[in-house]
Amino acid sequence: MTAISDRRQMAYIANQAADARVNLELEAEGMTLNIGPQHPATHGTLRIVVRLDGEQVIEADPVMGYMHRGYEKLAEVRTYPQVTTLVNRIDWLGSFANEVPFILACERLMEVEAPPRAQWIRTIFHELGRIANVTLFLGDLGVQLGAITPVFLAFRDREYILNQIEAATGGRFHPNFDRIGGLKDDLPAGWIAETKVALDKIREFCNTLEDLLMGNEIFQSRTRGVGVIPADVGLAYGLTGANIRASGVDWDLRRDNPVGLPYDQVDWKVWTHPDGDSFARCWLRMQEVRESCNIVEQLLDTIPGGPIMAKVPRVIKVPEGEAYVATENPLGMMSYYVVSQGGLEPFRVKIRSASFSNMSIAPWLLKGVYMPDVITILASLYFILGDIDR
Amino acid sequence: MIPLSSADTDTTEEVVVDEGRQALLDAIRGELGEAVVADHLVPGQDLWVRVASDAWGTTAEYLRERQRFRFFSWSSVIDWKPSPWGRSQTASVDDAPDSPLAEVPEMQHGVTGGDTRFQVIGRVHNLGTQLGVTLKADVPDDTMTVDSWVSTYAGADWHEREAWEMFGVNYAGHPGLRNLYLPGDFEGNPMRKDFPLLSRLVKPWPGIVDVEPMPENETGGDA
Amino acid sequence: MSALLSVELAYWQSTPIRLIFALVAVLLPAGGAVYLYLFKMMSFMQSRLGPMEAGPYGSMQLLAEVGKWMQKEDIFPRKADKIVFALAPYVVLLSTFLLVLVVPFGPDAYFVDLDVGVFFALAVSSVSVIGILMAGWASANKYSLLGGLRAAGQLIAYELPMVLAVVGVVIQAGTLSMQGIVRAQAEGEIFGFGGLGNPYIITQFVGFAIFMIAVQAELSMTPFDMPIAESELVTGYLTEYSGMRFLLFFIGEFATANIFAFFASVLFLGGWTVPPFITDIFGIEYDDAIFNVLGPIVMLTKMLLVTFLVYWARFSYPRFREDQLQRFAWKILIPISLVNIFVTGVLKVVF
Repeated sequence: MTAISDRRQMAYIANQAADARVNLELEAEGMTLNIGPQHPATHGTLRIVVRLDGEQVIEADPVMGYMHRGYEKLAEVRTYPQVTTLVNRIDWLGSFANEVPFILACERLMEVEAPPRAQWIRTIFHELGRIANVTLFLGDLGVQLGAITPVFLAFRDREYILNQIEAATGGRFHPNFDRIGGLKDDLPAGWIAETKVALDKIREFCNTLEDLLMGNEIFQSRTRGVGVIPADVGLAYGLTGANIRASGVDWDLRRDNPVGLPYDQVDWKVWTHPDGDSFARCWLRMQEVRESCNIVEQLLDTIPGGPIMAKVPRVIKVPEGEAYVATENPLGMMSYYVVSQGGLEPFRVKIRSASFSNMSIAPWLLKGVYMPDVITILASLYFILGDIDR
Repeated sequence: MIPLSSADTDTTEEVVVDEGRQALLDAIRGELGEAVVADHLVPGQDLWVRVASDAWGTTAEYLRERQRFRFFSWSSVIDWKPSPWGRSQTASVDDAPDSPLAEVPEMQHGVTGGDTRFQVIGRVHNLGTQLGVTLKADVPDDTMTVDSWVSTYAGADWHEREAWEMFGVNYAGHPGLRNLYLPGDFEGNPMRKDFPLLSRLVKPWPGIVDVEPMPENETGGDA
Repeated sequence: MSALLSVELAYWQSTPIRLIFALVAVLLPAGGAVYLYLFKMMSFMQSRLGPMEAGPYGSMQLLAEVGKWMQKEDIFPRKADKIVFALAPYVVLLSTFLLVLVVPFGPDAYFVDLDVGVFFALAVSSVSVIGILMAGWASANKYSLLGGLRAAGQLIAYELPMVLAVVGVVIQAGTLSMQGIVRAQAEGEIFGFGGLGNPYIITQFVGFAIFMIAVQAELSMTPFDMPIAESELVTGYLTEYSGMRFLLFFIGEFATANIFAFFASVLFLGGWTVPPFITDIFGIEYDDAIFNVLGPIVMLTKMLLVTFLVYWARFSYPRFREDQLQRFAWKILIPISLVNIFVTGVLKVVF
């Protein structure tokens, strides 16, 4: 054990030295700029230490952990139903989607399957979470690039979706609605018709945004050809979701591995874009919002009747075993590796959040770009701090 | 993938032989030979392969270069030692939260077994066949070192840094094992089972006593 | 101005009066435009109401904001160059007040009527660059420094298209005097039809477009707001300023917007005059004293029209990148304005 503590000592010294370097005012070759942890562009507490030569980035090093909440550790001392409350806070904008893979993993271990109606409603909320999340991304994109109007429109129209989520679950941001074996409640009366109205508002928002932002020449010149990710590099870094589909990889877990979610029952399309630049990523997300609206609409039309809970014991004890379930969440692939030793609480939960891997490409991607492009690239990669720091 | 047809068919019994995963397992066994220590295949769901500690790096290389497992999903560490602080929810071991338990339960490894306290675990994915494989390897208790995956999968960088600071597992060949989440002067490896969860020590979790009393019949069902 | 008051005043008597008028001419339109556009128009574009509580329909909001700023602590960063840091907002404001001097509001309602009024205006408008550089450098903040340097590069780059756009007007009017340009537009004719006069926006529409783009850049408003670039540089050279000094920068920014709008209306929209067919209806002359009252109102209306364009663009567009901005100035705006000058010159000689 002495070897380890020696190594830790060395690491500590190295860390101090790194901090000292960061805090140095001006270096011989370029300037060190400390973006964050409190900075308008990082919408959260991400800190990026960049070395600049003029306005060109020589080196960028993201420093995380300002919001690390240790969910993996906390999950080990909570019962399975309690864990969903925690994981809701990982990606706080599409929070229902965080619950789904965990619940599915537990169900797989318990060999329970939710009744069809529960599966349908889960998928609907999963997609509503995506819509709420990505709608805000599309608005926020404008702020990052200097256009202040879209974000207000995004907040306005996202509210329609949040209202629907609230109407059914009681929580705008953190529904905590998913249960092992089904759902907490059924949908309230009149919800389906109201949701369709809300979806129309989102479609309208997408059209507005396409005119206002995506079609804007300045926006295109700012994003096209900026931050190009080749497919192979992206895969090696573990990029998922719209980020990798924008590099031309035709891979969507909703279509290719629909674990317990009835995506194969609806008619929809996986969008890809060959360019792999920032514009492709932004454009792709917008198409996915539209596609999500289609998915939700079809699911609303075909929603089956029946119970919303399967037979599960009152006190949930998950049998011994290990299960891994990944779903396509708003930010990309989110997965849980649940290890159970037969108790009331999981023995180990490994949370694979999408933004963590998506952001790990940042040091590679930011090398050599201009300072304004740092913001464009970070915005288009679309991270949520809770999803990086967990 | 679980078929979603209807609730009355028993879904887990339908798929018996999983040809794709079986072929993949055979290929891995054929190439790595002795290095594959154990495996576990759940038809239609997942594949686990446990390799020898020194084959951790080469396995990833083989899967990426020869089996076209281009997508790196994640990698982490599991500490198999049961927590000496008790299992918080179970009342009998929750009585003494301010000091470690006198007798710690036996170490109990999950699927594919294991010999050491720590196991590295990683997952890679093949986009062509849509098959993923979960790899495991024992971390030797004396050196606490396994090969790094960074040269194979660039994305392993941050995952290994996290595992290094959280579990104290060392990765040979990693370009810079610096703290990722923890502050620079943090001592200890918080994700280890013997690292106390301080908030629980300060204020013990009331457990399940504050909710409605449990009915005697545990299989009551809530549908 | 002394003619306006119909009395002869000594220098020491007229100076305070001019000072008050200058303050009114700078602050009143600035406050009006900020309320009308920054508070209300922006809110309506973004589907919200904006300030509603302070005063009827939120009209006193700006006063409340000013009160808030004046109460705030005047913070100096520890490593800041204190004198330069403190002076910078005044230098920016100085440029604003120097600019308003040459704007004519009526036949006699002006502060000074320089023969080289246009030249003076373009010269003093660059003074603000010095203030911004001072602010950026003295703040001892890397964001401020980057913002200040960006501002300097940008303002210098867009000074040129602005001057060249005005040259077309000057050629057509044949004078550098502001009053002269106003008169030339009022008395001009378009192909023998003098009912509208000849506002140069018709003949110099290319110049007008370039002038407005350059104004947008000079004011560092979106899409040219890289010096402030909130998402990149926090707020650029303004990052370390608080309280009263921030308020001075704020006034400088929005008052300058109005004064550039005054210039645009003088140079391209006929200034304080109304088209001759209206004066013919009412039977008044441009030299009548009534225009000393009507003139400022006409100017204010035209100014609000022009600032509307400025703010409209500001709330709609994302911002350029630094290199794109420079490329836009040097490769697009300057060649076009040179061609504009050439064509204007040829036509001037031909007709």
